Amino acid sequence: MVVAGVSTAIVVLSIVLLVPLAPGWEGVKTSFFNGEVFAKTLPKLLKAFLWDVAIFAWSVPLIFALGLAIALARAVRSPALFPLRIFGAAYVDIFRGVPVVLVIYLVGFGVPGLGLPRPWNSPYIWGTVALVLTYSAYIAEVLRGGIESIHASQRAAAICLGLSERDTMRYVILPQAIRRVIPANMNMLVALQKDVALLSFIGPVEILRQAGIFKSLLANFTPYVAAALIFLCVTVPATRYADYLMNRDRNARS
Amino acid sequence: MPEAKLSLCGVKKSFGKQAILRGIDLDVAEGEMICLIGASGSGKSTLLRCINQLEPVDDGNVWLDELDISAPGLDLGPIRRRIGIVFQSFNLFPHMTAMDNVLLAPRRVLNEEVQGLRLRAEEEFARFGLAQHKDKYPDQLSGGQQQRVAVIRALVMRPEIMLFDEITSALDPELVGEVLDVLRELRAEGMTMLLATHEMGFAREVADRVCFIDGGMIVEQGPPEELFNKPKVARTQEFLRTVLRN
Repeated sequence: MVVAGVSTAIVVLSIVLLVPLAPGWEGVKTSFFNGEVFAKTLPKLLKAFLWDVAIFAWSVPLIFALGLAIALARAVRSPALFPLRIFGAAYVDIFRGVPVVLVIYLVGFGVPGLGLPRPWNSPYIWGTVALVLTYSAYIAEVLRGGIESIHASQRAAAICLGLSERDTMRYVILPQAIRRVIPANMNMLVALQKDVALLSFIGPVEILRQAGIFKSLLANFTPYVAAALIFLCVTVPATRYADYLMNRDRNARS
Repeated sequence: MPEAKLSLCGVKKSFGKQAILRGIDLDVAEGEMICLIGASGSGKSTLLRCINQLEPVDDGNVWLDELDISAPGLDLGPIRRRIGIVFQSFNLFPHMTAMDNVLLAPRRVLNEEVQGLRLRAEEEFARFGLAQHKDKYPDQLSGGQQQRVAVIRALVMRPEIMLFDEITSALDPELVGEVLDVLRELRAEGMTMLLATHEMGFAREVADRVCFIDGGMIVEQGPPEELFNKPKVARTQEFLRTVLRN
């Protein structure tokens, strides 16, 4: 305890004392840590962040619905529905394999390029679609892992009671699987909240875009630092909560 | 076509190259209680799982009344409803209370009013001494209580036959008795039952017929006094000597 405290104090102190000695410190301080710019831009950045929150909020239900559908498609057992399994596997491979930014560019610029009428050319819509496509692939994999982690004897017990495959999945397997993957999904949600900022590349004036506008306007990078701090205020508690859930799970199982 | 309630004719089953059942013939009459005894790995469990078609048979037939339930392409849901099974490891659904475990299948499958079902389930809980536990989750129950809930879960479907797969093997010794009492009760009611068990004393007490299974075959069968007291086949004698010594 004491050792940890002392060593932490030494490290912090040396950073505080040594970094300002760097030759470029004065310049960095005025362009990145400018209190005046920070105070001036923060309210508008917060307002722009509401867009990030809104896009996040309406994407999440879509992501879970599609992710669940894909996971179920990959879990079907009937040979007649084998094509569904192939489709599910291909979907997951493709959207997990392509960087989010690329999907956002391709969907966000590509689809409106078809010359759709307003409001169907909105970058908010197609940006959302891109996020949903990518993240549903991740969520589908997480859910599939959950489904496969439920012991075969549970399915056997349900089937032997005369339940259909469908009811077995719905009432016996899925409720257990979803509970088991809540912590993993929390981590996905944190990642999603950050990746919403990537939509700035295709138009929406959300926080990253707004910070960029301020940067050009004021010739100062402080708005980016402010944006980072705003993100941290949301993502750190969320990550901690996910860790807490994960630890609780681990303790409950051991 | 056989007269029995349940009839197995030349049932064979392999997993990969490993032959588990090598041709089982067995007729079970209505109301009969049959105990399957034999070493672990002799095929008792697989036999039970082949009866309710949890495992498809490779060869041979399983008849339930006049219906060949081992024929491919059957809708097995309605058939499995007629054959209850209880497993060694209970397999209760951990996210549901005991009562919900019991009610799930009848609610989804039987054409009965929920109110009546609930009453029937409550009667069963009371009969097996679990009335005060019906709203608990499986992990709040002892192994013996969980196993009795599993029996009730199978019984509310009003099965015509009950299969029991070593249902006391995972229990602490002091909890075995309460589960065996449940079986005695069902026996008294005249339920048709097949029971894979290591409880030789119990088999001797309640069975109409005992089948000794070894190497995927029924080596010897007969009334318990006969099989336990004067086994005719050398392998049966050897098996009984080994288990009864312990």
